[in-house]
Amino acid sequence: MAQSRQRPLSPHLSIWRWGPHMLISILHRATGDGLAILGGLGLTWWLFAAASGPAAYATFQYYVWQAEAGDMLGLIANVIGRIVLIGLSWAFFQHLFSGLRHLVMDMGAGYELQTNRRWSSLIPVLSVLATIAFWAWIFVGRAG
Amino acid sequence: MGNGTRIGRVRGLGSAKSGTHHWIAQRFTAIGNALLVSWLVASLAMLPAYDHAAVSGWIAQPIVAVPLMLMIVNVFYHIKQGLQVLIEDYVHDEGLKFATLMLLHFYVIGAAAVGLFSVARIAFAGGAL
Repeated sequence: MAQSRQRPLSPHLSIWRWGPHMLISILHRATGDGLAILGGLGLTWWLFAAASGPAAYATFQYYVWQAEAGDMLGLIANVIGRIVLIGLSWAFFQHLFSGLRHLVMDMGAGYELQTNRRWSSLIPVLSVLATIAFWAWIFVGRAG
Repeated sequence: MGNGTRIGRVRGLGSAKSGTHHWIAQRFTAIGNALLVSWLVASLAMLPAYDHAAVSGWIAQPIVAVPLMLMIVNVFYHIKQGLQVLIEDYVHDEGLKFATLMLLHFYVIGAAAVGLFSVARIAFAGGAL
């Protein structure tokens, strides 16, 4: 090998001063991994339950969303199921908006310090607003 | 950061040996997902109910089943691209990396098969399951 000497390694997270660009970069990976594992498994379970018939689909709904009042295990599953589902919706919006930012940056745009900082700060706010709007529509808007 | 030998660079083989195809495929599937998953999320928001009859009746329509199948392929391809990068970044032991990447492939191909079969079954049953 031509290069056998110890080459310098990039210092990791602990050494840098935190900024919105770091936050959004880490969130992009974290939300992507969450969607990939929990979202992928959840989507598969949902579709397989729907294909397996009303009984299997009812089991899916029972544990993810609406268990009977007396069933402690089912209610604990519901708390987890609802947190995961609402969390996945936020992760989707965050990953989508952050991904669009990456596509813009892939074209070579948006690297100016102010522009980069502005979009990095704005995207987490937009993703939370989109999540609130989505669930407000599910719980309130469509019912009315 | 090394950039490989000169002849390696001429051949387009940097220190990672490959990457351009992976990078492009990640972007193609990203754009596909932006359209298809947004369509799924918007459609779910518009569904009148979430019981079995409403959901399977919705999936059974050809105008839904086809984009849903496209979405499944696109989503799991993108999942494979993303988690592969995560594994390559953080799993340094060669044997463990090999095993983890193999498990990742089992997961994405298996889950995509289950999803495609499920949509096909609902669609071909015409919503009567």
